[in-house]
Amino acid sequence: MALHAEKTRDDTQMDELKLVTKEKLTQKSFKSNILDFMIEKAFFIFGMMAIFILFLLLFFLVREGSGAIREVGLMEFLTGTRWYPSSPQGAGYGALPFIISSFMVTTGALLIAIPWGIFTAIYIAEIAPKRIREVLKPVVEVLAIFPSVVLGFIALVILSPIIANTFNLSNGLTAFTASVILSVMVLPTVISISEDSIKSVPKDYREAAYALGASKWETIKMIVVPAAKSGIVAGIMLGFGRAVGETMTVLMAAGNAIDMPLREFFGVVIPDFFTSVRTLTANIAIEGSDVAWGSLHYSALFVTALILFAITFVVNLIADLLISRQRRKLQND
Amino acid sequence: MTKQMTEKIWFTICGLFAAMTIGALLLLLYWIVSNGAHVLSWTFITDTPRKNMTEGGIWPAIVGTFYVASLTILISVPVGIGAAIYLNEYAKQGPVVQIIRMSIRNLAGVPSIVYGLFGLAIFASMLKLGTGLITAAITLAIMVLPWVITSTEEALKAVPTSFREGGLALGATKWQTIRQLVLPSAIPGMATGSILGLARAAGETAPIILTGAAYFLPVLPASIQDNFMALPYHLYILATQHAQSSVVRPIAYGTALVLILMVVLLNLSAILLRNHFRKKNELL
Repeated sequence: MALHAEKTRDDTQMDELKLVTKEKLTQKSFKSNILDFMIEKAFFIFGMMAIFILFLLLFFLVREGSGAIREVGLMEFLTGTRWYPSSPQGAGYGALPFIISSFMVTTGALLIAIPWGIFTAIYIAEIAPKRIREVLKPVVEVLAIFPSVVLGFIALVILSPIIANTFNLSNGLTAFTASVILSVMVLPTVISISEDSIKSVPKDYREAAYALGASKWETIKMIVVPAAKSGIVAGIMLGFGRAVGETMTVLMAAGNAIDMPLREFFGVVIPDFFTSVRTLTANIAIEGSDVAWGSLHYSALFVTALILFAITFVVNLIADLLISRQRRKLQND
Repeated sequence: MTKQMTEKIWFTICGLFAAMTIGALLLLLYWIVSNGAHVLSWTFITDTPRKNMTEGGIWPAIVGTFYVASLTILISVPVGIGAAIYLNEYAKQGPVVQIIRMSIRNLAGVPSIVYGLFGLAIFASMLKLGTGLITAAITLAIMVLPWVITSTEEALKAVPTSFREGGLALGATKWQTIRQLVLPSAIPGMATGSILGLARAAGETAPIILTGAAYFLPVLPASIQDNFMALPYHLYILATQHAQSSVVRPIAYGTALVLILMVVLLNLSAILLRNHFRKKNELL
């Protein structure tokens, strides 16, 4: 104790030196502290940009669409089956055919892309030798940025004649054609999210299964894939969002007729995949470029955009929750 | 059936699906290249479309695409870098950051045509910019923003924490550390992200249909408010809107091929750049 209480001359000098340095430092850094503070606030504004844009987007969709909602009624949009915006007597704003078409085309695409994407993801993550994996990854990346208009073009000039011949149709531009080409479009999304999810399953899981005598496939089927389930489902949801929002491929491949794409089959009404359909996205692209700004028709297009936004918002939210659930689950284990 | 056989069958199935993925890409490329290659020539690239687009080249569409994609990147990259710096360097984990991240992911899922309509309402109509290059570029910039933020953040995350600690320990302020140590080492990653954003903007069609792409405009845009031709929109027009669509089919294939080449080359250069710097970083 005594030793500590008694300060040597060196110590006192040292203390003085520290004090001086500290003063100098605070004097110098006062200015840069303010600068730093302001820079931090500036970056905060950039950071808030995403929230701001999301609100702005929603605000404008609602603002521009409110006229049509007031005049036509939201229920008419969601359940009406007649879309004839320019008809002078009895204009109709029923978007139900578009909504059904969007869901049909998307469902069709996912029915193809889900097995295709998940098996490919399993192959890349678990089975493929390193060299093949290094080929597959860029292939998926290139597919992911393949311009949708080129896919639509291929559907139009190559796929639709093949489909017309195979199924004996007069016109090959159908919901089915759109589904096929759209499946290629959503494939990269399903693959990369599923692959990430499969890879995030800890090694211990696999080792434990091997130790219990499971084969590699049994481990994949009974341990790895179930553990990665929420992530894989999230990939499917994101694929759904991508497909339902895709415009160009569907616009060019689906034929764009505005009737209800349903037919009777032994007294039951079922969706008809071999008929020409027009989706929500395609309709906006077709009518949006030459509509008079501020007209009722213009406003009605914003209502259909709002419906589209609502669908993708919910789908993305679910995907988001699933991904964070998977992350939490794997962290806890 | 033995365990080994079952496993073999399932592995083969997985392999077949993976092969189908490669096959799909090869088939797509084959269709475009085999039909478009003979159209491709120097004059096709440098000539303007003539005789109602049944003859001539696609130069205005190439330039238009280049203009709109560059403007898009010029707008979205600074904002994206700012947002990514906030999220990765300044923000503390909490509800605000979570809401920001949720918004980013949600924006990434908004259909491109909805962005087009949004751009029409706010920039063309309300801010009176009209339809043209600048309206299309701002709209596309908003569309690719989530994507630029995410890739920039990844680039920042790849910078080792020791860089930041080193800077702070030497008495540098946080901003000095970020500007002089973190950002320079994140530049390759950010460049990769920007190139990929450029490729994405160049291939996008739906938003520009509504915000300023022109059906047929043989002169180059002179100001940022002018309408412009763009490769993807040109392809769409030739394929579906043209009265003599069978006559212009070869030109459509040629346009598709040029567009694909542009996007794939951008993508490849981004991948190569990334691999190059990844190797370099591993050596450090």
